[in-house]
Amino acid sequence: MGLVRFLARRLLLTIPVLFGMSVVVFLLIRLVPGEPAQVILGLRATPEGLAAIHRDLGLDLPLHRQYVQWLSNFVTGNMGQDYRSHMAVTVLLRQRLPVTLELASLAMLLSVVIAIPLGVAAAVRRGGAADRTATLLGLVGISIPDFWLAIMLILFVALELGVLPSSGFRPFGEDAAGNLRSLLLPAVTLAAGLAAVLVRMTRASMVDVLSREFIRFARAKGLRERLVVYKHALRNASIPIITVIGLQSGYLLGGAVIVEQVFDLPGLGSLTVSATLERNYPVVQATAMVIGLMFVAVNLATDVAYALLNPRIRAQ
Amino acid sequence: MATARDVLLLESQRGRLSLARSRTASAGLLLAAVLVAAAVFAPFIALADPTAMDFQAPFRSPTRAHPFGTDNFGRDVFSRVLYGYRTSLLVGTGSVALAVAAGVPLGLVAGYVGGAVDHVIMRPMDALVAFPAVLLTIALVGVLGTSTAVLVAVIAIVYLPIIVRTMRASALAVRAEPFVEGARARGASDLRLALRHVLPNAIDPVLIQASILMGVAILIEAALSFLGLGTQPPNPSLGLMLADGRDIMRDAPWVVVFPGLAIMLAVLSFNLTADGLRDVLDPKGGGG
Repeated sequence: MGLVRFLARRLLLTIPVLFGMSVVVFLLIRLVPGEPAQVILGLRATPEGLAAIHRDLGLDLPLHRQYVQWLSNFVTGNMGQDYRSHMAVTVLLRQRLPVTLELASLAMLLSVVIAIPLGVAAAVRRGGAADRTATLLGLVGISIPDFWLAIMLILFVALELGVLPSSGFRPFGEDAAGNLRSLLLPAVTLAAGLAAVLVRMTRASMVDVLSREFIRFARAKGLRERLVVYKHALRNASIPIITVIGLQSGYLLGGAVIVEQVFDLPGLGSLTVSATLERNYPVVQATAMVIGLMFVAVNLATDVAYALLNPRIRAQ
Repeated sequence: MATARDVLLLESQRGRLSLARSRTASAGLLLAAVLVAAAVFAPFIALADPTAMDFQAPFRSPTRAHPFGTDNFGRDVFSRVLYGYRTSLLVGTGSVALAVAAGVPLGLVAGYVGGAVDHVIMRPMDALVAFPAVLLTIALVGVLGTSTAVLVAVIAIVYLPIIVRTMRASALAVRAEPFVEGARARGASDLRLALRHVLPNAIDPVLIQASILMGVAILIEAALSFLGLGTQPPNPSLGLMLADGRDIMRDAPWVVVFPGLAIMLAVLSFNLTADGLRDVLDPKGGGG
């Protein structure tokens, strides 16, 4: 099967996933025990307010018509309004999304810069100091609760040493240095889990490649070890590493939900948590849908990258 | 007929010799056993009633009388951690057991029967895994309400597709094995083939996955309780302790250090167990 056909098939496969996702998000609000409008407004419920929410959500229509109405509204960018602040949800998303994307990218960068050289060094000298460090990072990184790591960094780095801010956010446009300072601890927190997975994968993949015949041949013909490791071996070990980076970057979005809350960053994640606590369902639906869409997009991009790098997968 | 419990027993007997050989698995299992025992026997081990306040002894740093110190109300942090473990392990075992109980039959049927049945089972699972786990948990909790019981159910829902997918993939692989063909040729019924031949030989990856998910459930319970979306006070939870401790951590760092270390240790023990199980049950794949 050619690359074009593979891509076409992979794209078609995302359609049922997107459909299922939208059904889950749509049904969320309908799962609310009791009358959703009453729950949303709580003690501030007035007959007019209840009627307005009924109209917005189309609650008097049959379920499938409600779904179609909700979806067409969503696709055309009408995601309803925040029942607390009366802002359009799209405006909220536009403010919050860049913060989350910057945080996730920074975390990704940090973990790649740390994990890949460490994983390579661990594979080259198995049992050595780097290998022990890598094993430790691999185990601790996936076991450490991210919000606890965040608290520890706030306590010992921000409050005790006072070198970095413990919370808050500066937009990059206003204060670039302050922006990076405010994101550094959250990014380190998020990067820890990803680096753990990445260092394990890099090490395993490199160990596998380094035992192959062509590496022995490259060494036998007298190539310098650096060249053998970084050019011949790492290049051939890169496919599973890149796949893991792609798959894990989706999980960064989930991790951001908690880390943003702890560091008080105005991103999508903290918006999701506060909206959930306030039972602000239109906002919960919108953030769940947007984060879900990004997750699907990242997974799609990973599969495409995988196919480009590895011609064999296209044949399946 | 082999029940899932028989299968687990069989597995544990078959694996015992080699399990002892794997150092990671034994370390993980030992640690997990100690933590489970600490949670079960918390009332006997605890040094004080976890809710008992002592206004004579607030903010005590760790000593022999209070190994993990006391909080702003003079409550013994060590005892509170022990009771917090009860909630963690309850949520972990509850959610994983529910997900396995529903997921193994679904995955087995999807993988063994295939065709339209496979699609009917798997497409809703695809929709559920389309969200990051933490996000889906938060969204569902927001709708269904905040309590420990809801948390168990919600984590089980999030886990279901993972168990179903693992079981399905494994059943698909085993179904194609020659010994299954052989049994079929000898006239075994589909039910017997699926339960007697495919299930026992396909369950290993599910066990490894379940061990990992135990650890993740403990993390999720702590994280959601920390955010105010999980266990509610006055019920004990390690996540709640961290949330309360944030306000006083400059004066009493031990109120946030120990509960967090406790969570990490529990998660670590299940991850080590999973690593060890992988070495024992599947010597070829993974790891490196």
